[in-house]
Amino acid sequence: MIEFQFASLAELWAMKGHGPYVWACYGLMTAALIYLTDTPRRRHRNYLKQQQRIKVANEQIRAAHSEVEK
Amino acid sequence: MAWQWFYRMGSPRWFYEKTGRWIPWLAAITAVLLVGGALWGLGFAPADAKQGNSYRIIYIHVPASFLALAGYYVMAVAGAIGLIWKMKLADMVMKSAAPIGAVLTFTALFTGAVWGKPTWGTWWVWDARITSMLVLLFLYLGVIALQNAYQHQATADKASAILALVGTVNIPIIYKSVDWWYTLHQPATLKLTSASTIHPSMLYPLLIMIAGFYCFYALALMLYTRAEIVQRERRTQWVNELVEAEK
Repeated sequence: MIEFQFASLAELWAMKGHGPYVWACYGLMTAALIYLTDTPRRRHRNYLKQQQRIKVANEQIRAAHSEVEK
Repeated sequence: MAWQWFYRMGSPRWFYEKTGRWIPWLAAITAVLLVGGALWGLGFAPADAKQGNSYRIIYIHVPASFLALAGYYVMAVAGAIGLIWKMKLADMVMKSAAPIGAVLTFTALFTGAVWGKPTWGTWWVWDARITSMLVLLFLYLGVIALQNAYQHQATADKASAILALVGTVNIPIIYKSVDWWYTLHQPATLKLTSASTIHPSMLYPLLIMIAGFYCFYALALMLYTRAEIVQRERRTQWVNELVEAEK
């Protein structure tokens, strides 16, 4: 019932002249799906890392203050 | 008791912990459906008698359009819940739904334009369906802009929710545009109340892609909402523990 509709991969790529339209759409879809999963993951990770750096910096400032007070 | 699940779902921590466990499974299901559906649609579904191979764009265009519309409901309903019950998680979901919806609407418009060129002989016409989809894109962009326009998050959430709710008037217009103004865009291929106007050999990969896009939408919404949760809940003990774990 299901069979490959093209004689070769080159024909699949060309799609009888419709290749540029079809592949442009599948390319955009791939880019959109990657963007929508990568952006929030990067934002999430970067935010936690940034908070971690702030925490470390605050601890160092506090330690420096207590040194001065001594 | 009956409302307990509702309140529990409203807890950002509960959502964060649960989705952390669901995401790997959902990602795997999504990948299988999208890769399988795309391969089937691109190489194994027969070419269309009239449109040739350009119709293979349907396997992206229709699912992206479905989710662009369904995503608007998600955003508007979340906005309404945030306004009425002041539920923090609902506001975060509303904000998260906007960029996903905008990208999917853009994908629907882009693939429609590219499909239009070999089929209709033009990239763009001010057809009722296409124009109302463009308005949908502007509504999503409006919510994103409002989210960034205010210093105070609660004000931004309220303004975005009101815009999202007002914008719902556009949704039935989009759905019915192909029937009310029969200009260029074809009427719906898939129908719930009557037989679809597409052959099963072309329909099955389309249904797989639609299921894949729904799973993808849920996945992206979870990822965006989780990123929003850690920012808005940064003063809580449990997020501090997450920050500690980053060492």
